[in-house]
Amino acid sequence: MNDARETILGRIREALSIPAQKPVTHDAASQQPSSPRSITDCLPYVGPTFEERLALFCKNAKELTADFRLCETEADLSAQLAQIAQAEGWKKIATHATDLTASATAALGLPVLQTDGGYNVNEMEQCDAGISACDALIAQTGSVLITSQSAGGRALSVLPPHHVVLARREQLVADLPAAFALIQAKYAPNYPSLISFITGPSRTGDIERILVLGAHGPKKLTVLCV
Amino acid sequence: MSTTPAAAEFKKEATVLTKDLRHRAFIRGALKKYEIVRDDKKARFQSWESARAAASEIKWQAINHLDAHLVEFARNLKARGGKVHWAADAEQAREIILGIVREKKAHAIVKSKVMTGEEIHLNAALEKAGYDVVESDLGEYIVQLRHEAPYHFVFPAMHLTRGEISDLFAKELGTAKTDNPEELTMIARRVLREKYIQADIGISGANFAIAETGMISITENEGNARLTCALPKTHITLMGIEKILPKLADLALFLPMLGTAGAGQLMTGYNSMYGGPRQPGEADGPEEFHVVLLDNHRTALLADPEQRDALQCIRCGACLNVCPIYKNIGGHTYGTTYQGPIGSVITPHLRGLQNWKHLAFSSSLCGACTEACPVKIDLHHLLLQSRRNAIAQKPVWWEKLAFQAAAILFNHAPLFSLGMKLGRIGQRFHPLIKNTPLDPARAWTRSRELPQVAPETFREWWQHRK
Amino acid sequence: MNITLFIPCFIDACFPKAGISVVQILERLGHTIEYPQELTCCGQPAFNSGYWPETREVAVKVLDRLRDAEVLVIVSGSCGAMIKNFYPELFKGTPHEAAARALSSKCYEFSEFLVDRLGVTDLGARFPHKVTVHDGCHGHRELGIKDQPRKLLAGVRDLTLVEMDEAETCCGFGGTFSAKFPMISTAMGEGKIASALQTGAEYIVSNDSSCLMHQQGLIDRQKTPIKTIHLAEVLNTR
Repeated sequence: MNDARETILGRIREALSIPAQKPVTHDAASQQPSSPRSITDCLPYVGPTFEERLALFCKNAKELTADFRLCETEADLSAQLAQIAQAEGWKKIATHATDLTASATAALGLPVLQTDGGYNVNEMEQCDAGISACDALIAQTGSVLITSQSAGGRALSVLPPHHVVLARREQLVADLPAAFALIQAKYAPNYPSLISFITGPSRTGDIERILVLGAHGPKKLTVLCV
Repeated sequence: MSTTPAAAEFKKEATVLTKDLRHRAFIRGALKKYEIVRDDKKARFQSWESARAAASEIKWQAINHLDAHLVEFARNLKARGGKVHWAADAEQAREIILGIVREKKAHAIVKSKVMTGEEIHLNAALEKAGYDVVESDLGEYIVQLRHEAPYHFVFPAMHLTRGEISDLFAKELGTAKTDNPEELTMIARRVLREKYIQADIGISGANFAIAETGMISITENEGNARLTCALPKTHITLMGIEKILPKLADLALFLPMLGTAGAGQLMTGYNSMYGGPRQPGEADGPEEFHVVLLDNHRTALLADPEQRDALQCIRCGACLNVCPIYKNIGGHTYGTTYQGPIGSVITPHLRGLQNWKHLAFSSSLCGACTEACPVKIDLHHLLLQSRRNAIAQKPVWWEKLAFQAAAILFNHAPLFSLGMKLGRIGQRFHPLIKNTPLDPARAWTRSRELPQVAPETFREWWQHRK
Repeated sequence: MNITLFIPCFIDACFPKAGISVVQILERLGHTIEYPQELTCCGQPAFNSGYWPETREVAVKVLDRLRDAEVLVIVSGSCGAMIKNFYPELFKGTPHEAAARALSSKCYEFSEFLVDRLGVTDLGARFPHKVTVHDGCHGHRELGIKDQPRKLLAGVRDLTLVEMDEAETCCGFGGTFSAKFPMISTAMGEGKIASALQTGAEYIVSNDSSCLMHQQGLIDRQKTPIKTIHLAEVLNTR
């Protein structure tokens, strides 16, 4: 195996010993003078205020068929969660231990599977919903940023058919560059083994490019933000 | 042009597909839907063109420092308990993966989409060794059931109608027929659920590999890769060495560009970075994480300084989606893992120039691919270069003669004039042989009328006016 | 201005009216035309087929003859792309590279010349028909031509312009491609004609006769109720 490593690296070094010229394309678009822009300046625009960012996140969430609810207080959040649980007839839920998830899920009075410290996956299969915290909400794309550390492992946010994210307003960030900066600031160098951007419920376009929700992951994504 | 078996097969398939008007309308309709959502998302960028320039620059630098980045990637992944394997070719890659599977005494394997897996015929090798492999991506699952190759490397089953999928499920799974796409999707969801939970090995691909942090990144919509990489005890990722990106923050640009160009989505449903097996304190996750780095002639492409930029490809499929050739011949006609313009560029390097040069020639060089490419690979010009390389290696004797004769004709205007006059005479008799085996212009006249030499050519008009 | 004209081989032989129209338009605007009769072909067929040495044999003559041209107007997007963009590539690393670059800087496709160089869009033309525009790929993607034909057509009296869906999609000519892969070429051409028919236009207009030659060939065989016409001929109709 080390042979293969040396072979491949050797081939690469030999290949790169011949310098290549960057191709010059002639298409009209390329003929515009390209002054280097930061990634932020290329990506979709995000306003500077919290209100603008919140509005953008809401707009994106709606387009993605994700249910976003702004809650005034934690009590309000718990009430919203209870209302969903009742409307959908939840019998059992899965969650992990954080301040937000603990209080909100306890109030439901349902059997709860805690993922912290390990769990039985067949038991999680029985759960109607996975309730997790998150690292950030990203206005630019309507995404929820989670990790295996912030969201109770890898499966909690993707196995149960309804994923509910409990977030705080302060977690709303503008854009993807900000989200990556947050990850690096929060975790480096001991990154969680999974970092994931969740953008809407699970979906597929594989059948005649027609959108269907809930292909393998959750059919429903709800974000309760206090 | 000399015809190799692959070229003959290509022409045969192309002849059938290009006459299939139902296929033509169906694919055109599907890709029209894509264009609408893609344009909507592109327009949201403050500058799509600047994004392309930035992405191209990052990938260019990455490819031109590939050895350093790969070493950094391996070091960082190993530091967190990941295992890195290097495979110089397809056989080595298969051996490595089979080795892991055997060592784990695996009984069930679940896969998310792995194009490099198709490239090395991984499934066949695993099945031959007696292992049960299930594709979890809906489109891949469908074509797996049909025992056919993916039609498009992003949308593997886009050539199939819901009726065909319904019939397939009824036949293979014994389910009731339905023409509701949601019901069909739910059938697959139910079947695959069990597979995720039972599988002891999950095999994934990777869209990107981050050198700075030793992570791989997977872009998907369904969540099947999330599950493939969450539940089984062993996670194996197979990826081409060119997938490297230098920095984690580069993903802030590449994830939305991949989503937009590939599927018309600003971000696809799940964009996930995996940096090791389960870490201490984590609730779940695989006990082992293996990444297999595949060369398989990528270094040969790297060694061609003119065509090196083809390794910038992020496999978004945008070039396929805009290619008028692809739209008319469909994905299977290419007869190889990578279809469309990028496939036509890299396949001669991966599988041999002389056997696959027909892919470079079967293009009108319209340039729509180059225009669409988010990392600005000069695709249609690379095809031109491949043609030149193929002919320089092995000219077609009668073509060479014809172009040499043509050069003489073109360089001597009186001869050219004479030629046109003779043409004027000849075309009076041509109708006798038009579109018959005797017609030298049959390639044209099979479907088109020949243009006529005018009663007075331009140069004759010019001479007469003096 | 003293304008040197490059007339593609297929216009010379089969579609002289396009070339004649260009001459008449430019002379009406007060310019003198030089037509180097020694030049017949830009070399693109050999180039596209991969025979670059054979291409150079033809192209070197073109370079030589046009060295002293003040300005070169090419009546074709594809030949225009060949001379302007591909000659420098073809002669890279040879003693002719500088000459190729120099010629490049003096090259214009016909519609580009009128609009961008001369600043002219109204030629006093009248063409009382409904037309749709096909954007030839080389002209559009290699030379950036898109607005110029449309601006010129906007200056034509009584002309109605309807845009077709997929105006920029390749019609399938592609030079030798049309003979090497005729089944694909034909399917693409049929797609282009179908798009044009949907507009209800009487004419498909383009600045590239090679594209139109392929489309007209299909139209004549299938007896489709639409015609093709070169942009210059429309602009020369009064």
